[in-house]
Amino acid sequence: MINKIVDNIEQALEGVESNMTFMFGGFGLSGIPENAIASLSQKEIFGLTCISNNAGVDDFGLGLLLQRKQIKKMISSYVGENAEFERQMLSGELEVDLIPQGSLAERCRAAGAGIPAFFTPAGYGTEVALGKEVREYNGKPHILETALTADFAFVKAWKGDTAGNLIFKGTARNFNPLMAMAGKITVAEVEELVPAGELDPNQIHTPGIFVQRIFQGEKYEKRIEQRTVRIKE
Amino acid sequence: MALDKNQIAQRIAQELEHNTYVNLGIGIPTLVANYIPKGIDIEFQSENGVLGMGPFPFEGDEDPDLINAGKQTITTLDGAVLFDSATSFAMIRGQHVQLTVLGAMEVSENGDIANWKIPGKMVKGMGGAMDLVASADNIIVAMMHTNRAGESKILKQCTLPITGVNCVKKVVTNLAVLEVTEKGFKLLERAPGVSVEEIKNSTEANLIIKGEVPEMNI
Repeated sequence: MINKIVDNIEQALEGVESNMTFMFGGFGLSGIPENAIASLSQKEIFGLTCISNNAGVDDFGLGLLLQRKQIKKMISSYVGENAEFERQMLSGELEVDLIPQGSLAERCRAAGAGIPAFFTPAGYGTEVALGKEVREYNGKPHILETALTADFAFVKAWKGDTAGNLIFKGTARNFNPLMAMAGKITVAEVEELVPAGELDPNQIHTPGIFVQRIFQGEKYEKRIEQRTVRIKE
Repeated sequence: MALDKNQIAQRIAQELEHNTYVNLGIGIPTLVANYIPKGIDIEFQSENGVLGMGPFPFEGDEDPDLINAGKQTITTLDGAVLFDSATSFAMIRGQHVQLTVLGAMEVSENGDIANWKIPGKMVKGMGGAMDLVASADNIIVAMMHTNRAGESKILKQCTLPITGVNCVKKVVTNLAVLEVTEKGFKLLERAPGVSVEEIKNSTEANLIIKGEVPEMNI
């Protein structure tokens, strides 16, 4: 077994520098690497390019890095719900690249799978297609999208083992397995870290080969963005 | 009387076909799930990674690890499955999800849709909308017929940045049901008590009107 465990979050984040590109798993606030984000927001690193489906809310998730103006460029599919983000974007302080969600997912997956580019119908005829090669397949136009990589990918899983194998829970899986594949260094934080051999190999979602460092997060707030309930009749 | 949002959802629910997979967008489309006709089995897909989505949880049962694409807490039904975002969009792009219902700011007579950006004002992003409209076999738009300023959202040509081209098949508004045909919008049905003339007056695009236009069955 190749041991992926690091002693603490400092070791997990070793090597992060200004002007790097980071990926962050999560959809909304679900499945975001809370501990890594909190720790990065304490560091003197700036000029970051961040690839994440969303940009957190004002005081949680990537909103913490935005508040300290650590992010230079954001690559996302949806960035509502964040007033500071909107302010920085409209004032031009923050560069924003909005891309279709499925293309974002596939661009991460492609990078991890050694596929440099692919054609997709999503975005054809829109602003997203500007400057991109168009080809017709099966009578339908498609645009060329390229793979996305990052210096570090920060992902969060429910359970993990010392070999770096990961199991996700619910819809907290989302972009995490894909970004784990795409990072040059993938740092996984988990709610529960167990010795290798304790997870059933049949149940593992992300094989440890995609993970370079793993640690158990100190605590998880797991904030709910839209609490919706129904009334018991 | 023009329809309210629930009635628009109710009318769209009549379009649901038995044993199909359906993706509902945020807003009015979400309400469609409340009006599934008897005898019709549907599985709802949410692009953040769940198929077999159920209703909202009872108070106290909310799970931060179980949300829909609108980031609302949800439940799952028997037979549900969870997956990553690439698999989710494989279902969408690969046309395994048969119907997409989504909201729009504008729809044009060739089936273009604009719903993701108002330059200089609202820039939230397209989320999964561009992937959805580029691929689904059947796309129904749920929206109000006019915007807050009273201007038609049914246009000859979209004025806002578009989300997809030639993709919308049908539009259900508070006033009418419209089909996008090769020759433009065909007026299929009108809201109860709303006249063809009223619909024409609220519509910038040309309407193809053939014979008597029936009232919606709401």
